[in-house]
Amino acid sequence: MRKPDIFKVPIGPQHPALKEPESFSVALAGEKIMGVDIRLGYNHRGIEKACEERTYIQDIYLIERICGICSHTHATCFVQAVEEIAGLEVPKRALYLRTLIGELERVHSHLLWLGVAGHEIGFDTLLMYTWRDREIVMDILAALTGNRVNYGMNTLGGVRRDITPEQAREVLKAIDKLEEQTKYYIELALGEATLAARLSGVGMLSREDCVKLGAVGPTARASGVDRDVRRDDPYAAYAEISFNVITDNHNDVFGRTVVRLKELMESYGIVRQLLKNLPDGPIAIKAPRKIPAGEAVSRYEAPRGEDVHYVKANGTEKPERVKVRAPTLANIQAVKKMLENRYLADMPIVIAAIDPCFSCTDRMINVRDAESKNNRLMEWETLRRQGIEHYRRLGIDFSKVKIRGHS
Amino acid sequence: MEEDVKQSLIKQFNLPEETIRIPRPRRIFLEISREKFKEVFDFSVKELKFAILLTITGLDEQERFGVIYHLARETGAILNIKTSIPRDNPTLKTITPDFSNADIYERELMDLFGIKVEGLPPGNRYPLSDHWPNDQYPLRKDWKQEGVTFEQPREKQDVSEKSGGDQNA
Repeated sequence: MRKPDIFKVPIGPQHPALKEPESFSVALAGEKIMGVDIRLGYNHRGIEKACEERTYIQDIYLIERICGICSHTHATCFVQAVEEIAGLEVPKRALYLRTLIGELERVHSHLLWLGVAGHEIGFDTLLMYTWRDREIVMDILAALTGNRVNYGMNTLGGVRRDITPEQAREVLKAIDKLEEQTKYYIELALGEATLAARLSGVGMLSREDCVKLGAVGPTARASGVDRDVRRDDPYAAYAEISFNVITDNHNDVFGRTVVRLKELMESYGIVRQLLKNLPDGPIAIKAPRKIPAGEAVSRYEAPRGEDVHYVKANGTEKPERVKVRAPTLANIQAVKKMLENRYLADMPIVIAAIDPCFSCTDRMINVRDAESKNNRLMEWETLRRQGIEHYRRLGIDFSKVKIRGHS
Repeated sequence: MEEDVKQSLIKQFNLPEETIRIPRPRRIFLEISREKFKEVFDFSVKELKFAILLTITGLDEQERFGVIYHLARETGAILNIKTSIPRDNPTLKTITPDFSNADIYERELMDLFGIKVEGLPPGNRYPLSDHWPNDQYPLRKDWKQEGVTFEQPREKQDVSEKSGGDQNA
């Protein structure tokens, strides 16, 4: 029997439907993935360097734009580090409001993810339902901050906007509605046979591999890794809030779905506690323009996992160094492991399950001879000609067929 | 608990008291010479159970480059081990045998600071593009954007030639 040819298929970096360009070079034997080579950095905008050339206040807004989904995550992680260096005693009310926006952001992010996951497995009804419900939390975020994303809530020493009792009541009403809907999704995820069949055993990542590869967030918790910096290294108001860290032992995309859904329920509980116990008092204290020399490491449990910021101050109004480790960078290395020996058709949902999102092949195939290691590029026209020749040899003639858009 | 870590490090390696700082609960900062780095790092990971690598930070300190390895425990404490290497011979040994996820963080040091990491398995550069000049390290403090020329990506030139006058078509 002839050994199967290994095809190397480039996927990315450009994709019409994605927010994140990444390039995957997938070695395939038939449908089976033999290896994946990942090239990152297409979105590198030099933000760390730019931070060194701007003031701390300017940096908050720049850093908030690292990510379009967890914008509050990065801004909070950064201001926490600077406040620690400056020794600022942030008012309790500010910490509660920061946490409130953080949890609402998690709700919108997890609902967004659930929709993307539904879409990737051809369950577009789920996409429509979850994104409809996500609008409830987006409206709340817009009402509280003036924006759907990039909330501009944080400043050094506190937050920039207070919340009124009427707004708090609106939030609670929205949370009730969202909780009701989420219960339905949990029922659906745990009970719907097709969903379980499509997601179970896909993108397996054992607990050992997960720990070795440094995966974080729901990806890690779905492999039984009981870690959450909200509990382990509490920041903002989390030390005063009770909640469960959700873990699961399915180790697959199904487990990651269950973890995120149950985390939504925990977030609703956190929001209720925050609003019930919201302390009175100021929402910010005055911060100095110049930050004394020092350094700090700050952590934040983003919807996608642990976010780490390191800030070094040199006594001026601009930081000496800002270093950011976003959760996807920690998770992307686990993706290689999840895809090994799996099928190409699972790739979109496996990649989406760490919560960036993905799926597209270029109309170009780089054919790599497994023995000689030679590469040759076959473009659309060549592939089409080869296909026609192949069928002609079998006695079928496609050469008369006209394809729209291709002569 | 942080104090226990500090004392065991001092005892094990005979370190002066001021090399270890505990600015707040769950944060430990340690500075160590390049020569002693390996044994202190191994001890921290294996004996003191700081077994999670959060990330690696590079610092430009003029004559030297600072490198901070941010390690964490399951229980939430972070140990930041800082070492430094001379600017005229900026080489480090890879920690990928202990932490396979260090790969991408070490590549950041290579691309952004021009630090050489010995023993790193072959792989793609990160995070700069393939067209970025090889001798330009943007996170060095003396780096200036002016005068840096980039090789244009070939696809981009093709597009502008083809599209010609009917870009709005």
